[in-house]
Amino acid sequence: MIDRDTVLHVATLSRLELRDDEIEPMARELSAVLDHLETIGELDLEGVEPTAHVLAERSPLRADEPSPSLPREVALDQAPDASDDGFRVPSPQA
Amino acid sequence: MTAFEPVIGLEIHVQLATRTKMFCGCELVFGDPPNTHTCPVCLGMPGTLPVVNAEAIRLGLMIGEAFGGELAERLVFHRKSYFYPDLPKGYQISQFDEPLVSGGRLGDVGLERVHVEEDAAKLTHAGASGRIGGSTSSVVDYNRGGTPLAEIVTLPEIRSAEQASSWLRLLRETLRQLGVSDVNMEEGSLRCDANISIRPVGDTTLGTKTELKNMNSFRFIEQGINAEVARQIRVVESGERVQQETLHFDPRTGSITSLRSKEGSHDYRYFPEPDLPPVQVPAELLESARASIPELPLQRAERFRTELGLHEESARLLAFRRALGDYFEATVAAGGPEADRQQIANWIGNDLVRRLDAGEDTDPDPAESKVEPASLAELVALVGAKTINRKAGEKVLDVLVAEGGTPGPIVEREGLAAIGGGDELRPVVQAALDANPDAVEKLKTGNMKPIGAIVGHVMRETKGRADGGEVTRLTREILGL
Repeated sequence: MIDRDTVLHVATLSRLELRDDEIEPMARELSAVLDHLETIGELDLEGVEPTAHVLAERSPLRADEPSPSLPREVALDQAPDASDDGFRVPSPQA
Repeated sequence: MTAFEPVIGLEIHVQLATRTKMFCGCELVFGDPPNTHTCPVCLGMPGTLPVVNAEAIRLGLMIGEAFGGELAERLVFHRKSYFYPDLPKGYQISQFDEPLVSGGRLGDVGLERVHVEEDAAKLTHAGASGRIGGSTSSVVDYNRGGTPLAEIVTLPEIRSAEQASSWLRLLRETLRQLGVSDVNMEEGSLRCDANISIRPVGDTTLGTKTELKNMNSFRFIEQGINAEVARQIRVVESGERVQQETLHFDPRTGSITSLRSKEGSHDYRYFPEPDLPPVQVPAELLESARASIPELPLQRAERFRTELGLHEESARLLAFRRALGDYFEATVAAGGPEADRQQIANWIGNDLVRRLDAGEDTDPDPAESKVEPASLAELVALVGAKTINRKAGEKVLDVLVAEGGTPGPIVEREGLAAIGGGDELRPVVQAALDANPDAVEKLKTGNMKPIGAIVGHVMRETKGRADGGEVTRLTREILGL
């Protein structure tokens, strides 16, 4: 069972704000997910390579050739806040 | 009181010298206006997919090959999650338990691993303090975001700040000569963090380490490590324990402060990158990497020592600066089999370099000067044969540096030819002895100190063209000593 502290820790890492009444249900749901995965632990997987990817195809590599970048106005236009030449963000450690 | 020794490991990030970013085709140009080299991939837009730059992998493999590390057979990337504005996706694509290179060694320090990853963007804080903190908004430039990086991690085998900085110089020169990076510390294409702990001398366990971040010059690295080692010793001697933390060294004040880390707990939640299934390292990349390794500084120094007979110090000086090494070899070739290689090394490493020096951190390239290797070889031969003395040789070199040309005509024009052996010099020495009877008395008693007065006299008379050794020899001969 995932406890309250673990939920709060994971929420901090994920930059999620949880209301007090969301914490307990979240703990229950995350525990259920982990319990489900636990069933895999019952299998004998000695010598079986972990499957991190289900894709059969392999990643292609790319030649080191430049392709066009976005015009700056277009790039900055996507941002909620921008200065003349950059993306403006709240100071991360203020 | 217990004596402590530092245990130091370095983590070096080098930007790889590719034309484009690690996972997209945006061009890498240092110093361009902010945010002019971005695209949906390196801005972390939803729905985009990274594609690995093969050249970055090739350069990473070259590093591994040059250091004799074990090269991975497959490329596996992991996600390293943390939230920070310099990382638009909320994670960095890096490598975790299967780095591109495992092990290896450079000189006196073993390597743990070399892995490839993407660089973060550049964050400028509105506060003018120059350090993080105190400002309310920041501006992000994503031009740098996604630059291919190799992270080189050493084993904790370094035992002093001086060793750390001299090894780092060797690393920088080796990477430069490999051609895998610009290794420019000021522009941030080579950045160094140090993991530092202390332990009582003789102990073999490792103490709690701290991480000193981003020191951007060799001097700061030495100062920072020394300051942190001293701090840890004070902590331990006052009966407390060193805390594991990330630190910042301020070279202006020499103080060390704790950085609140990006992710308090270092909880990066690594997991296999779903967007990049593992891929076999293509054989042609491996072959190309192996075929691209030039002779590296340590090997060249060894060759200069064993094959050309240079002293250790000269061999390293010339081999660790490629331009000097190339010029040295050209001069030796021009001088032919009779050339005195150690003398050529001395003239290049001392006299010529001093005359060409363009300021700290800029290494002069003699090949770009007016001094032809053949002229230098001739000059060294003239001095070796005592046709001119060393002082006169230095004057000839002044002229060669200023005007070019060949030594022969310069010696003639400036009247620098040494006054040769016996016949020409003997009367001058005789005159000097006649003019210094006191000195002669002492010399006759076996006290050779006053010989300086005689040599000085002869030099004045000959405008410095006499050979000091020859004057001494003639003095002994005349006085029957």
